[in-house]
Amino acid sequence: MSDECIRLEFKVDSENFASAGSASEAVKTQLKLLGINSHDVRRVAIAMYEGEINMVIHAKGGTAVVEIYQNRVDITLADRGPGIADIDLAMKEGYSTAPDNIRELGFGAGMGLPNMKKNTDEMRIVSNPGVGTTIYMKVNLT
Amino acid sequence: MKISEIAEILNAEALCCKDKLSDEVFSACASDMMSDVLAFVKDQAVLVTGLCNPQVVRTAEMMDIRCILLVRDKHPDATILALAESKGIVVLRSPHRMYIACGLLYNAGLCGGEHCV
Ligand SMILES: Nc1ncnc2c1ncn2[C@@H]1O[C@H](COP(=O)(O)OP(=O)(O)OP(=O)(O)O)[C@@H](O)[C@H]1O
Ligand SMILES: [Mg+2]
Repeated sequence: MSDECIRLEFKVDSENFASAGSASEAVKTQLKLLGINSHDVRRVAIAMYEGEINMVIHAKGGTAVVEIYQNRVDITLADRGPGIADIDLAMKEGYSTAPDNIRELGFGAGMGLPNMKKNTDEMRIVSNPGVGTTIYMKVNLT
Repeated sequence: MKISEIAEILNAEALCCKDKLSDEVFSACASDMMSDVLAFVKDQAVLVTGLCNPQVVRTAEMMDIRCILLVRDKHPDATILALAESKGIVVLRSPHRMYIACGLLYNAGLCGGEHCV
């Protein structure tokens, strides 16, 4: 099995909420073009979209790097936002610090991080308050 | 059920992807929280919602939802419709409120997924 991969890199902009999710959308399109089965495509799309939205609403944007291998997809989301002080707490369903204006946009239920975990085979969060957050996710392709 | 039947039952107008009105859908979900749609929806092809922003279309796209039904006569702007059109997602607009819209669809046989008969 070769270790070659397709590498996609995106800048995730937080200025414009309307464009949030465009990186995930591009990844989904690419995975579909590669003929990857719809179940796996959806898992990657959901995990990445949740992470992308988080970067936009909690961290003023960041970067997303997606590497598509023969048997897996690696996603790295990095931001220089406020960081997450208590990761265990942030991972709890229903925990959210999102303000009301975010809830009016349809987000902020505290379901994103647990949903990312659910839709990936590996997930690791590295975060330093005041410095930023990096989230690594891996989805195995079946 | 055909998407056109949904439009008929709910007195709804199709705002984009009119070429897909004869597509068949088998189940629906309803929420104003996209967080919940992303976390709980499984294979429902129709999203009934009162929320009207581009993230509704993006969420639908991520979840492979094929039809968005906007309740309470919401008016999506051109950006929203262009995005939906490019993704092949039908957007319908109905004057009914959420509860009524869901009730009418359920009555007509559109189930909630999971336990469809
Ligand atoms: N990239 C990030 N930078 C800083 N804080 C974050 C980041 N991602 C998540 N958090 C924190 O973790 C909390 C939980 O995140 P999670 O995605 O589970 O919920 P949410 O984004 O608040 O709501 P939802 O995802 O349901 O729309 C957030 O409210 C926020 O406090
Ligand atoms: Mg979130």
